[in-house]
Amino acid sequence: MTRILATAGAETRIAIRNRWVTIAILTMAVFSLVLAAAGSAPTGALGADALSVTIASLTSLAVYLVPLMALLMSFDAIAGEVERGTLSLVLTYPIRRAEILVGKFIAHLATMTLALAVGYGLAAGVTIAMDAGAVAGLPALFRLLWTSVLLGAAFLCLGYALSAWAGRPGAAAGMAIGLWLVMVVLYDLGLLAAIVADGGGWFTTDAFPWLLIGNPADAFRLFNLGSSEATSAAAGLGGAATSIPLGLALASLLAWPVIAFGLAVLSFRKVSP
Amino acid sequence: MTDYRMDRVLTKNLILSNVTKTFGPMTALDAVGLAVGPGERVALIGHNGAGKSTLMKIILGLISTDAGEVTVRGAAPGSGVARQHVAYLPENVAFHPALTGLETVRTYMRLKGEDPSGAMALLERVDLGAAAKRRIGTYSKGMRQRIGLAQALIGHPRLLVLDEPTSGLDPVSRREFYNMLDVLAAEGASILLSSHALTEVEARTDRIAILSRGRLVADDTLSGLRRRANLPTHLHVRARPGSADAVAAELSGWRYNGTMVELACAPDEKLARLGTIAGLGAQVEDVEVIPPSLEDIYSHFSQIAADGGTP
Ligand SMILES: Nc1ncnc2c1ncn2[C@@H]1O[C@H](COP(=O)(O)OP(=O)(O)OP(=O)(O)O)[C@@H](O)[C@H]1O
Ligand SMILES: [Mg+2]
Repeated sequence: MTRILATAGAETRIAIRNRWVTIAILTMAVFSLVLAAAGSAPTGALGADALSVTIASLTSLAVYLVPLMALLMSFDAIAGEVERGTLSLVLTYPIRRAEILVGKFIAHLATMTLALAVGYGLAAGVTIAMDAGAVAGLPALFRLLWTSVLLGAAFLCLGYALSAWAGRPGAAAGMAIGLWLVMVVLYDLGLLAAIVADGGGWFTTDAFPWLLIGNPADAFRLFNLGSSEATSAAAGLGGAATSIPLGLALASLLAWPVIAFGLAVLSFRKVSP
Repeated sequence: MTDYRMDRVLTKNLILSNVTKTFGPMTALDAVGLAVGPGERVALIGHNGAGKSTLMKIILGLISTDAGEVTVRGAAPGSGVARQHVAYLPENVAFHPALTGLETVRTYMRLKGEDPSGAMALLERVDLGAAAKRRIGTYSKGMRQRIGLAQALIGHPRLLVLDEPTSGLDPVSRREFYNMLDVLAAEGASILLSSHALTEVEARTDRIAILSRGRLVADDTLSGLRRRANLPTHLHVRARPGSADAVAAELSGWRYNGTMVELACAPDEKLARLGTIAGLGAQVEDVEVIPPSLEDIYSHFSQIAADGGTP
């Protein structure tokens, strides 16, 4: 435990000094404030409170931003130590490889959680200040927060796996951006194209829901937008999204960090310093 | 220290036998055997790519062997027991530039299960007390190297494996470094270090192991190596002005730069030759005995190995 905390402590300092903490908090704060201001404009027609409108936009933002931040924070974690030569040194200390990963993970996840909490908190503050009725949306905001943390956890671990696999920081950075593009952008486009081509056949009814849930980013979006009527109304979702059981989306969100951590450990074991 | 005597009786801190390691078609280490006991300082020398760093990584359990056996304090390399007792200084290590020296050493102390409050004392031992609270990014090359040394001193290691520990250190720091090793060795620690600086190794270690293309071609004390190499000793004779030619002819040596005469002789002829020189009386002003240097010995053993012979 001391060893994990020692690693986490050093990584936290590095995150602070490298301005990661500042950048993450500022990014989240700016985007959240902009979305909150936009969402507080009187809409009325949607039948949703102002905070639910904001949450719907925050969800769409987080789907892109949270995986990106997580990958940018994690791609250097192992490849960087290999390059500096500190990995071979650390591995001669009485610490297991999984413990090194856990230490880094704690530091990075704490940074992300802090940034998300500040961003979402600011958004809630602004919205509630303008419309007291918006407090009704607070449970949904809290749900958005912890699911964002889960999404971040999944992509942090995927980033570690890449970092170990790539071996060099440059390669790891390229692969991290590639992974982000594929999992967050291209995946959805691919599904969309497949649905259009399929024209309502087997793919659309049987395969599509599973493929959607299988991707943590999509599971995150589904779970948050489908969990409350107000939010799904604000997001303009019809019955389509809600036809997928939310429990499965949640299960996917919970399973991904675990799977990704396993991948990271396996990938890290193969690294020979 | 009783602990030290017990160590000596019980075990060597490091034993390698028949260690072989290949990288694809290339044999990096070929049946290497080596043992280091408590209190011993062993220098590992050899040209670039001879396999020094590879051997060290094997001792630390960082890479596996293809054949042969390694035990570190009776345990397997990389095992919990071994890691607790072994310190390592990798070649070309670069600590994170965003952390201070103190933070770095404190982190490593906690990783080793030591109380981090001793970090400042360790840094002072390597003369980094004043810079302890500055970021490593602002350190000079030698200061960074000394952070590595400080980290290797954590937790009274019984075996120190140091890969080119003096690279980047100035002459004074080098001497202080070897003084530090003397203290550690006196406390019973085993030290295995690699170096390309033969003169300092010659003076400050107990035994010298020479690796040549993955083969251990020599492993002995400096005087033992001298004996086995049986290289000629050189005598430099300063003749009185005007008599250099006569002295050179008398001793069948060769003359250089006006008054100096040089001659070479087998180690066991040395005393007889000195007697002859003394017999020349007033013709000779001074004489200097130059034993074969470690560099000569090193070339000798490497050359034999390269020619495929056994030294
Ligand atoms: N991971 C590796 N993969 C392939 N070859 C390797 C690997 N590590 C070392 N080698 C090869 O093994 C040989 C020994 O390398 P090693 O680093 O042990 O040399 P060295 O004696 O430490 O040299 P130097 O004095 O330059 O530090 C070299 O030919 C090197 O190319
Ligand atoms: Mg080397």
